[in-house]
Amino acid sequence: MFSRDNWKEIFETIQKNKLRTFLSGFTVALGILIFVVLFGFGNGLINTFDDFFSDDATNVFMVFTGRTTMPYKGYKANRTIEFDNSDIQDIEKNFPLFLEYISPRIIRQDTVAYKNESNSYSTWAVGPSHQFSQMTIMMKGRYLNVMDIENKTKNAVIGRLVEQDLFGAKNSIGKYIDVGGSSYKVIGVFQDDGGDREERNIFIPYTTQQLIEKNTDKVDAMVIGFKPSIGYAGAMAFEKSLDKFIREKKYINPQDQNGIFIRNVADQLKQNQQFARVLQIIVAFVAFGTIIAGIIGISNIMVFVVKERTKELGIRKALGATPKTVISTILLESVFITTISGFVGMLIGIAILGSMGEKLEDFFITNPYIDLPMAIFATIVLIIFGAIAGYVPARRAANIKPIVALRDE
Amino acid sequence: MIEIKELHKSYKMGANSLHVLKGLNFSIKEGELVAIMGSSGSGKSTLLNILGMLDEADTGDYTLDGVPIKNLNETKAAKYRNKFLGFIFQSFNLINYKSAMENVALPLYYQKVPRKQREEKALKYLTQVGLKEWAEHLPNELSGGQKQRVAIARAMAAEPKVLLADEPTGALDSKTSYEVMDLIQNINDQGNTILVVTHEEDIAQMCKRIVHLKDGVIVEDKKVEQVRAAQYVQ
Repeated sequence: MFSRDNWKEIFETIQKNKLRTFLSGFTVALGILIFVVLFGFGNGLINTFDDFFSDDATNVFMVFTGRTTMPYKGYKANRTIEFDNSDIQDIEKNFPLFLEYISPRIIRQDTVAYKNESNSYSTWAVGPSHQFSQMTIMMKGRYLNVMDIENKTKNAVIGRLVEQDLFGAKNSIGKYIDVGGSSYKVIGVFQDDGGDREERNIFIPYTTQQLIEKNTDKVDAMVIGFKPSIGYAGAMAFEKSLDKFIREKKYINPQDQNGIFIRNVADQLKQNQQFARVLQIIVAFVAFGTIIAGIIGISNIMVFVVKERTKELGIRKALGATPKTVISTILLESVFITTISGFVGMLIGIAILGSMGEKLEDFFITNPYIDLPMAIFATIVLIIFGAIAGYVPARRAANIKPIVALRDE
Repeated sequence: MIEIKELHKSYKMGANSLHVLKGLNFSIKEGELVAIMGSSGSGKSTLLNILGMLDEADTGDYTLDGVPIKNLNETKAAKYRNKFLGFIFQSFNLINYKSAMENVALPLYYQKVPRKQREEKALKYLTQVGLKEWAEHLPNELSGGQKQRVAIARAMAAEPKVLLADEPTGALDSKTSYEVMDLIQNINDQGNTILVVTHEEDIAQMCKRIVHLKDGVIVEDKKVEQVRAAQYVQ
């Protein structure tokens, strides 16, 4: 069945029927190509969603204030809610079981200058534990610590790109920069996987910022890290009781949508991941659809090929071809074409995915890829079904009487 | 060489069946050149198909070179066809994407003859039919007469016991017909057994024996004085 003579006969048939070979090969190659690319894009989509969150910790709530829209307990609507230092302490006191850390956050936009270089950056007035929530990585020096908060020091931790902008290649540690009119000593430089924007931030102690702002004790927002051990359900329960606690303390109507906002990163992450999974399932569904379309395509071509060759097969049978030879010739031919073109399509698809890289990041597709086993599996599935699709008409052709086949014009 | 006894064949046409062959008896000896004649519907093609193992008789015995041809499955029939029979068709039935030589070599491929020997043999038979120069040409580059000669070379290539020709001159003009008949006579002169189905009287007269079929029975079986086709060919 696999003798050299047999293969020669098959190659000759393939060579001399180029259109037929091209059509069936093209269908298979295209099917696999589209499958690989679509499946890769699905993975790229997941990559993007993962990237969105991987640079920040996920066991974090952000609590923001807003304006009430409902009157409650004698307070009128349209009241601005503000947090202050006592809220931080109260939350620390009331939720020891859930809480890992809590940090205030006051964000200002300031002009920052060193010698002749100046630029506008976001200054984040925070506590030491803020480092965990952003997964800030220290390149040199140190982050803010408890002493900075207590002593209201004028120390600043600057981003990698801030140092690059203001200091060039020089070392910034120990130098003094001007932030919004006050002089700060650079004590550390950080980097962040969150991208350029986050590396253009400056961290200063929140107590210092409060002192500059007329010794206020107000806080814009709170960053709360909960213990990862409480799990997803624990986080949801924590979020609920935290919301209740703050509403009671600040006299906000429980139904009011606008008094305070809690952003649950874990919940968002979960929702987004679910969204990404659903998207990937849809993409995979479409991709498998193309495989099925490819199988149907190859089946159609095989039916057509066998139909077209009926007379030839009749002649061959009259000359002494047994049904087995007829079937194996047709099958080997079809398996040969599908295998070659299937793997060609697969390789082209993988090459396309490889060349994409970050080019499609604007369309939420990062580093699209397909696992090789998956790609090979799909290719083999197509080859097997291509063979089955070829076998059915081939058997029918092999079993018709040569006299009938010969009459076929 | 060929022995036929009480051969019956009928076709089902919906509710009623059509009795095509009604108990045929005859035998053909080695080296004979037999014409089977009859108008259309007389059963001559059916007889040829049964003799060629392309179709099966309902009842009756058929012995070919001492081998009873009975209850054949497709695989066995294919092997017997390859070993015993060479076919020549009215419409030539060459494979159009294979060259003349490849067409001639095809029966040998199914006999598992090595490629080199196949090509040598194919070339030998093509030379015999006078088409050596045309070995590399595709069928559609050949004239009707040339195509039929390629088909004859192909039928000969497997060195069968019997050549079966179904209206071999049916698609040819009379001049080319005589050329083909001349070739068939020459092959017969070498001792090959040949059966020719035809409805043309002059073609039948070029054989050595004429079997006349009418409505599924043999009405006449006579030896004739062979007319040599060579005299019509320049």
